[in-house]
Amino acid sequence: MSSQSFIEKLDAIDRRWIFLLMALSVGIPIFVIGITGTRFPESPTPTSLATFETIEALPEGARVLMSFDYEPASAGELQPMATAFVRHLAHKKAKIYCQTLWAAATPLIEQTLRTCVIAQHPEWIYGEHFVNMGYQSGNEGVMKVILTDYKQSFPNDYRGTPAAEIPMLADIVNTSSFDAIIVVSAGYPGSKEWVQYVVSPTLTSEKPTKLVAGVTGVSAPQLVPYFPTQLKGMLAAIKGAAEYEFLVNQAVEARNPGVKIPAQFMDAQRRMAPQLFGHLLMVGLILVGNTIFFARRRAARLALA
Amino acid sequence: MNRQIALLVTLVSGVLMVLSGFLIPTQSWAEDVAEWFNVLASIAFVLGAANLAKIHLSKISSRDEGWGFSAVTLIAFVATLAIGFLKIGVAPLETAPLVSMSGEKDGEGSAFWWLYTFVMSPITATMFSLLAFYVASAAFRAFRAKNVEATLLLVAAFIVLLGRTFAGVVLTGWIPDSLSFLRLENLSTIIFEVFASAGNRAIIIGIALGVAATSLKIILGIDRSYMGSGD
Repeated sequence: MSSQSFIEKLDAIDRRWIFLLMALSVGIPIFVIGITGTRFPESPTPTSLATFETIEALPEGARVLMSFDYEPASAGELQPMATAFVRHLAHKKAKIYCQTLWAAATPLIEQTLRTCVIAQHPEWIYGEHFVNMGYQSGNEGVMKVILTDYKQSFPNDYRGTPAAEIPMLADIVNTSSFDAIIVVSAGYPGSKEWVQYVVSPTLTSEKPTKLVAGVTGVSAPQLVPYFPTQLKGMLAAIKGAAEYEFLVNQAVEARNPGVKIPAQFMDAQRRMAPQLFGHLLMVGLILVGNTIFFARRRAARLALA
Repeated sequence: MNRQIALLVTLVSGVLMVLSGFLIPTQSWAEDVAEWFNVLASIAFVLGAANLAKIHLSKISSRDEGWGFSAVTLIAFVATLAIGFLKIGVAPLETAPLVSMSGEKDGEGSAFWWLYTFVMSPITATMFSLLAFYVASAAFRAFRAKNVEATLLLVAAFIVLLGRTFAGVVLTGWIPDSLSFLRLENLSTIIFEVFASAGNRAIIIGIALGVAATSLKIILGIDRSYMGSGD
């Protein structure tokens, strides 16, 4: 078989072979890591480091609003971030106020609170240390309202308890009442809208709103321009989640020497291996595709000559 | 007349929202307008559901191509709605053990929770995961260095793809600290924070100007496309 006919065959390859290669390059590392528990070391990027330092600098009892603006479709990328954020806040003994602007996210809040707060800190009391305010429709309309009056948009919690009966909401007036806001978002409404409608109006005030965000890989480039002024920190994609998770685990280990970190708190780091092999396959496919392209172009030029 | 009322509401609401940024006394009025928006957004859910039912019922009744999928959509929609409203399988609250519907509709163990955990979550995650396969296929067939711009894009993609994984550390970890900016993970950060950031700033400024212009046209009633066709 001549090299030309091999290149033509390769160019016309059935795309199901590519699908199979992708399935193997992601599936095998998942399988191997599931058995061995191996993970790669992380060297945090400036945005992840800033995220960690912003949360780490919060005092004990700090009031932190966390908005879960995503749904199960992007949970693979964002749930490890949300888990690491809530775990870090719980570790810092912050008061955690959860809410969402995405209708399908309320069970994700409950799941995260169960994993990181209820299971790890059974002594914590709902309504005093953490609360789930649930979903509110209106997208950026909600942000505009909570900027001046939080309870107008969230008059009850997720369970229907009036805000007036929830002790940790007693001194919450608006978004400025929070020491920091964390947004984990997959799209619209998300971190960008939080910057535009909640952070920007307070930038010149005495107490500018501190916002950190965890976002998907595709939306990260749109948010980089806001770092570090409007966004104090940002976790970009599963890589950002892995870096932050690594830092949180390190902090937990430093404060509790000998503690064993459960596998559920290493989810993001474990997902870096499938990502590595997936990326390597992509690089390989691009190289092969371009080799074919240049070989065919050369053959066409030779034929013309 | 109805259209003129809608235009007037838009004008007053729009001007009020702008003024609230400059005149403190108008802020509480603007908050009320924002709250109207949230109420309307809630009503939109009902309209959306009615629209979904109308479209799919019409497809089923006329036996259009793929009407079976419409039937599945409607059955899933009605079943989920009924399970949520009737709180099927919900455990009662500890404070009201005799009231069977006192628990949360999506509390662990309820039928709604089961649907969310074992149907909706895997289906949506699968749809999202399919992207990896199509991106890989597209990378092979379409991502080619046809000209200078495409080549630059290709080089940037290589750096980011490798720099965002452990491969970057393995391939360029040997570079001395004095030249550490040449390591793939650092080059990836530079692309992200310098080039992508600069490009996005330009886009953001452009969008902001566009939004301001469009908003002004809507407030002044020049652009009436939001009221439907014929305007």
